[in-house]
Amino acid sequence: MKFLSRFYIFIIFAILYAPIFVVILFSFNASGDLSSFSGFTLHWYSELFRDGQALIALKNSLIIAVTSSLFATIMGTFAAFSIAHSKNKYYQKTMKAVSNIPMMNPDIVTGVSMMLLFVGVASILGFKNSLGIWTMIIAHTTFNLPYVILSVLPKFKQMDKNLIEAALDLGCTPVQTFFKIEVPCILPGILSGLMMSFTLSLDDFVISHFVSHPDIQTLPLYIYNQTAHNVKFSMYALCTLIIVTIFLLLVAVNLMGSKKKKVPQTKKLTGGVSR
Amino acid sequence: MMKNRRSLFERIAGAPYVAWSAMFIIAPLLFVLYFAFTDRNGSFTFENILSLTSYSQTFVMSLAFSLIATTVCLLIGYPLAYCMSKTSERVRGILMVLLMLPMWISLLIRTYSLMALLDNGGLVSTLLVKLGFEKLTFIGTDGAVILGMIYDFLPYMVLPIYTSLTKLDKRYIEASADLGCNPLQTLIKVMLPLTMPGIISGVTMVFVPSISTFYISQKLGGGSFDLIGDTIERQFQNAVTYHTGAAISLVMMILILISLAIMNKFSDNDEEIIV
Repeated sequence: MKFLSRFYIFIIFAILYAPIFVVILFSFNASGDLSSFSGFTLHWYSELFRDGQALIALKNSLIIAVTSSLFATIMGTFAAFSIAHSKNKYYQKTMKAVSNIPMMNPDIVTGVSMMLLFVGVASILGFKNSLGIWTMIIAHTTFNLPYVILSVLPKFKQMDKNLIEAALDLGCTPVQTFFKIEVPCILPGILSGLMMSFTLSLDDFVISHFVSHPDIQTLPLYIYNQTAHNVKFSMYALCTLIIVTIFLLLVAVNLMGSKKKKVPQTKKLTGGVSR
Repeated sequence: MMKNRRSLFERIAGAPYVAWSAMFIIAPLLFVLYFAFTDRNGSFTFENILSLTSYSQTFVMSLAFSLIATTVCLLIGYPLAYCMSKTSERVRGILMVLLMLPMWISLLIRTYSLMALLDNGGLVSTLLVKLGFEKLTFIGTDGAVILGMIYDFLPYMVLPIYTSLTKLDKRYIEASADLGCNPLQTLIKVMLPLTMPGIISGVTMVFVPSISTFYISQKLGGGSFDLIGDTIERQFQNAVTYHTGAAISLVMMILILISLAIMNKFSDNDEEIIV
């Protein structure tokens, strides 16, 4: 039974990874066809960087991801703060329902609806060109916000309310209380929200596809445009680079995570002693 | 005094998000409504919605494809999640990274990878010919598109089910065995109901992107495939057909919301979203 279960896990993961390995392998393939591997080359990698478009796309991706994840994290943290502490049940429910909309809607609908907004508003105002890097940042911020709220909100709820009361009683202003007491307590939630937004933004293709100007490409859009008609081995090279980067990041995050697990215990111990 | 200022601060903190979501979540949906019910001159019409009857076959096919993909994902994913939850803690950690990695790699790259494997003259067909089979064409078939959906979205099925399986109290299973249930009865009467939130979450995360995809059908369908997503995407390449595109998006959104509402009836409305 145990053998069967292991075998099943192995088979499914093998299937899941087979195409990815094929891409990595064939990004080094000299012959430039998909049927067999006929020698090692770095030719496709040098071709990828030759026209510099890939680097421009990477730069755009990073600009949009950094800006939108920062916007979303700041606005989302304040929003979560307000939702968590509000005594108005109706407000809480509405806000939660509204933040669910971009998560429940398929990406294509979110993309289309934002595009119609931008195009519609531009035509009302009489602009010709409505789509650009700002529309992309706005769209990315919008789909990132719910994820930030979702990762910060529970932290506010878990927080010890007495700490806030104490800070206020001891003369902190509400703003000081927020920054000195609450932000440090909910920091893990803020950071995971920031991380998640950053990666979601880098990863997004569908929404960007609708709200972008043809001249401004992010990495996914660049891959999409390059692969529209035929197989391109330089794109295999780009995919390989992205896959390897993600793999390294994921391993790093996991290593950090396993180190972090030990921290609360020692904290608890010292906390107990000092009391 | 501080308390009053505190509640003022709480209200102000939420304001940017309230404004943002009104402008970029609610307003875009209103624009979809507006475009769906107007013609090019801006006058009210039901024409766009009524013209959708010519797309009924597309709707039926998309629904069928995504239902098949979701069912297969559930049938493959549940046992996989179960087997994973049975492994030792160390193995589980590794398997989790392996499961998350594909979720972090852009859908674009993974679909493109699958295409590399299935391409005419790609590894699989070359291998089959060498083994003495007839030359087969995968790209452009129904099977390839459904396979693409299964391949791309399987991890999204496994992860939430796995999470709810690890939370499941093992004593329930022992108790049901002690009380005379055979393994099948235990599965149906104990495990499935207790892991229902995970199943619902997984089904949603596979069904919604499957029914709205356009990239998978473009790549693996060989350019001749028309699912709802492709139809919507095509309408938005040309300003003339924005109105039809908005109408299709609206209908799809309503269809999805109805199916989500039906599915949520099955679960106990756990506010768990696992990303």
